[in-house]
Amino acid sequence: MLYLIIVFAPLLGAAISGLTGTRFGGQKLGEKPSMIITTGLLFLSGILSWVALFKVGIGHEAAQVNVLRWMDVGDMKANWAFKIDTLTAVMLVVVNSVSALVHLYSWGYMSDDKFKPRFFAYLSLFTFAMLMLVTSDNFIQLFFGWEGVGLASYLLIGYYYKKPSANAAAIKAFVTNRVGDVGLALGVMTIFLVFGSVHFDTVFAALEQNSERTLSFLGGEYNAMELIAALLFIGAMGKSAQFVLHVWLPDAMEGPTPVSALIHAATMVTAGVFLVCRVHPIFELAPAVSGFITAIGAFTAFFAATVALVQNDIKRVIAYSTCSQLGYMFFAAGVGAYNAAMFHLFTHAFFKALLFLCAGSVIHALHHEQDMRKMGGIWRKVPWTYGAMIIGTLAITGIGIPGTQIGFAGFFSKDAIIEAAYSAGIGGSNAGAFAFWVGIIAALMTSFYSWRLIFMTFHGTYRGDKHTFDHAHESPWTMRAPLILLSIGAVIAGAAFYSRFMSNAGDFWHGALPVESHGEGHHAALPAGNLYAMAETTASDAHHADEHHGGLFGWLFNKVHGYPFWVLLMPLLVSVSGGIVAWFMYIRQGAEKHIAAIENTGGGPLYNFLLNKWYIDELYEVTVVRATRFFGDIFWKIGDVKIIDGLGPNGVAAFVAGFGKRLSKLQSGYVFHYAFAMLLGVSVLILVAFRGFGG
Amino acid sequence: MFEGLPILSIITFFPLVGALALIVVAKASGQKGRAQIDSNAPRVALLISSFVFLLALIMTFDFDSAQAGFQFMEDVPWLGGGIEYRVGVDGISVLFVLLTAFLTPLCILASDVAIKERKLEYMVAFLILETLMIGVFVALDLVLFYLFFEAVLLPMFIIIGVWGGKNRIYASYKFFLYTLLGSVLMLAAIFWIYYYSGQQFGAPTTDMRILIADLKIPAGAQTWLWLAFFASFAVKMPMWPAHTWLPDAHVQAPTAGSVILAGILLKLGGYGFLRFSLPLFPNASVSLAPIIFWMSVIAIIYTSLVAYRQKDMKKLIAYSSVAHMGFVTMGIFAFNTQGIQGGIFQMLSHGIISGALFFCVGVIYDRMHTREIAFYGGLVTKMPVYAGLFLLFTMANVGLPGTSGFVGEILTMVGAYQVSPWIAFGAAFGMILSAVYALYLYRAVIFGEVVNEKLNDIQDVTGRELFILGILAVFTIVLGVYPSLITDVTSASVENLITQFNSDIASASAAAKGAH
Repeated sequence: MLYLIIVFAPLLGAAISGLTGTRFGGQKLGEKPSMIITTGLLFLSGILSWVALFKVGIGHEAAQVNVLRWMDVGDMKANWAFKIDTLTAVMLVVVNSVSALVHLYSWGYMSDDKFKPRFFAYLSLFTFAMLMLVTSDNFIQLFFGWEGVGLASYLLIGYYYKKPSANAAAIKAFVTNRVGDVGLALGVMTIFLVFGSVHFDTVFAALEQNSERTLSFLGGEYNAMELIAALLFIGAMGKSAQFVLHVWLPDAMEGPTPVSALIHAATMVTAGVFLVCRVHPIFELAPAVSGFITAIGAFTAFFAATVALVQNDIKRVIAYSTCSQLGYMFFAAGVGAYNAAMFHLFTHAFFKALLFLCAGSVIHALHHEQDMRKMGGIWRKVPWTYGAMIIGTLAITGIGIPGTQIGFAGFFSKDAIIEAAYSAGIGGSNAGAFAFWVGIIAALMTSFYSWRLIFMTFHGTYRGDKHTFDHAHESPWTMRAPLILLSIGAVIAGAAFYSRFMSNAGDFWHGALPVESHGEGHHAALPAGNLYAMAETTASDAHHADEHHGGLFGWLFNKVHGYPFWVLLMPLLVSVSGGIVAWFMYIRQGAEKHIAAIENTGGGPLYNFLLNKWYIDELYEVTVVRATRFFGDIFWKIGDVKIIDGLGPNGVAAFVAGFGKRLSKLQSGYVFHYAFAMLLGVSVLILVAFRGFGG
Repeated sequence: MFEGLPILSIITFFPLVGALALIVVAKASGQKGRAQIDSNAPRVALLISSFVFLLALIMTFDFDSAQAGFQFMEDVPWLGGGIEYRVGVDGISVLFVLLTAFLTPLCILASDVAIKERKLEYMVAFLILETLMIGVFVALDLVLFYLFFEAVLLPMFIIIGVWGGKNRIYASYKFFLYTLLGSVLMLAAIFWIYYYSGQQFGAPTTDMRILIADLKIPAGAQTWLWLAFFASFAVKMPMWPAHTWLPDAHVQAPTAGSVILAGILLKLGGYGFLRFSLPLFPNASVSLAPIIFWMSVIAIIYTSLVAYRQKDMKKLIAYSSVAHMGFVTMGIFAFNTQGIQGGIFQMLSHGIISGALFFCVGVIYDRMHTREIAFYGGLVTKMPVYAGLFLLFTMANVGLPGTSGFVGEILTMVGAYQVSPWIAFGAAFGMILSAVYALYLYRAVIFGEVVNEKLNDIQDVTGRELFILGILAVFTIVLGVYPSLITDVTSASVENLITQFNSDIASASAAAKGAH
């Protein structure tokens, strides 16, 4: 019952608001009631989700809930059913907490909007789809949630439906996601082919005897597990905006800012990470694909961070930052540190939602101005927002004291990921070593663009028009309260949950995810194929006790938690450096100087390369998009009209002599007489013929 | 419940009887009563078709889905020589009867407003059409089937030709030419089977139950017969490259004609494959399946791309129908449970969804008298209810999970994947393209600013339109959430079909080995 309420309360809210509050529903229900109902139900779900997390994560009361029969065709059986383990419970908390706060925040942010019930209905609908995704006990319901969130995302990106750019972004998001969905769908089909089932537990139980199978797919022979893992990961790349399929995410910022916070930062885009963690037993058996995930994740972390360095739209900076942070999660999952990936997903949800909502608060204060070049020096006007955004920035840049339990949320989770990559690299994984160094470099850039955002927005002197500045105001409490709550999360989520997520303490995962256990030197929960585990095992002989090195810089190589101290220190060091560089450029030298320099010089090739997002959109435009139109036209105007019709019906017509005369007769309506005559004739023919045969 | 009552014949011929009654009354009242007849004819027709729907519904509830064989059998002497009037339904056909009986009253309801001239004749044509369509699905005699199968074109032909658009003659002509070729070949094949059954059984028969169960056709002849039937079914389906009649026919047909065309007539081909090609010519089906597969995948990708470039709403949806029928043929010729069940599901679901989409086009066509996509834009501000419903059907057409469109697509792909990953891959690629063209259409018509001044006074859906689209919306969702409503009914008959099919194949290959 608990889980039914958690999942279906948002659907109920969406249905009430959507079917009675919107213009579609004839506006029978007022604006306020619609908002109260949807938000109230979401808070109910949110609070119950925390109850669920305590029940499952601490009380170990995993649950299985069957709701309704769904597909049942031969062996293809998939029900509407929930599988609740710690992994799901964590996602319930993330999704419902952020969603509830975003609902509340939207009261203020959307106060001028004329179609509030529609907006809240979409938000709640999204939440429901996301919950179906994370609670599913089979691949088909997961796919339902997967495409359901895609629909909600489409509707919300295109919420301002009069804006052509919003419509284009919505379609781009849906179609790009569909490319990933095709991968996911093919993965599910392969799973059904190999295991004869699409049920998670049945599939995972049968992994052993199928791990050596090979399949032929599109002209090649592949190991079944590698093939499945690769196809599923394509789905994850689409939803989680990994390189190649990332193009939709920045454009998705066309949606209202609360949407960006909920869908395009905290929840939907993390679905790919969740997918990899959910089916990690398969990825464990697919080392090649896992290496690929590590590489793609690391590259995305790097690529997106480079683009974020130069963007001027406040939301786009955060969007690319999200893309980059998702890359971190993936390379953690790629090296087998699924718990680290989930941990970062968890903390990231708080601080990234916080950053987006703060950005929304700034935009709200400045009459929908999003260009940071026209901001500056407004911190006195919006002190709450400023404070919250500082906290979010400290969290994303991972500020904390190495070797202790003191630090902001991102300090724990990002460092856990970087350490995991380091371990994998030490263990001989090239992808792991690549990810480690790229992770460090990306952390430097993260810090730079995050502080650049703060300095350009809140510090220095104001660069926009005076009227806007004079009317700038702090947001109402409905917007401030979520900022405060998320700030608390951004501060403590890391410290409070570090030991539970990252070690066996309290048996938090309870088998839902493998956990490597530092200090004990063995990895009972990790299967042999896990890169992370292998690395740890090779290095673990030395791990038992913290080592002590002598010499001037010997302390750098002392081992803390099994890692050389410099590995722990590096992320912090680069974060601080990035902040200092940003301070130097945008405070010391001043933002105006850089803005002016770029306007005067055009910015140079590297700057433009980054500003234009490596020209990937343009590349797709000239290849994929044009090819689609081109082949569409070719098939239509040449294939159908010239060839098929030309040789077929029209050709036959032309072949018949004197067709023109006949056509005129046809046009006078005789065609029906002909038709009748033909049918009559055929009927008579049949009778005669049959009589003849049958006697 | 219907012991001794020829329920299928009643369902089949009631509309025809009603149509004749309408004509008689009209003749009797002469020219003076014409106006009154025209206004009353739709109501009478609605009453008749609703009654038929009710009967079909009761019949479906009474249908025992655990049984694989034919039910409600009627076997009455007719032409003699083994050719009798035989009707019955099994799990494969029963739901098509229901779908036909379900869509017809909705079409009549919609036409009452949309059709302005010769309402009486229109209604008569529609009722006759209903009889013939149901006849196709219940006929269990080869000759009876052929008569219904071909005759069904006539009222459709007339509906397009009389109440259609400007280019209706060209469209009818194209439609006619394609079907003619298929019909002639199928007729020849039927002669051959009749003759051959006489040789094998001693006395010839066209009883499909006997032919399906016992007729053993040599492999060489199977190929020719299969191709002859294929010619007819592929045109009806329509499969690429015999599809070009469909967009023209749709564009010229009145709304209800399009709904029936997409909803029912396109299903005759798929039904024919299941009823004849697989059971009668199993070896040929297996050896020619690769051709069907490739034609299906080409249809899915090719027509989806073409759909994306259309400027006319109906043409776009017509091309999308061809793509969706590609999933059906792909599923059927996978010869496994998921493929065939999925194929049937896809046909029924497409009947609802494409029907709904054509109704949607009809709604704005009735108001603005154009189907040109560029004419519209920003309708959501003027017609929010319409926009919401259209969105649902668009998403169902795209195959969004939770709608009935998803179930058919995923099942047919799962079925095909077991046979050929290449084919499933190609079909899955179609999933992307369907999103491309469907969202392009939706955006161009519904979103954006209202630029065209003529749209300033456009009204949202009327109660009648809301009723029609609402019912279809409910079914789209219900079948998407609980598809077992369909798959449970079709399951036993499909399993039986597959078992029979596999044993035919096995015995044929055993015989081939024995011969060596």
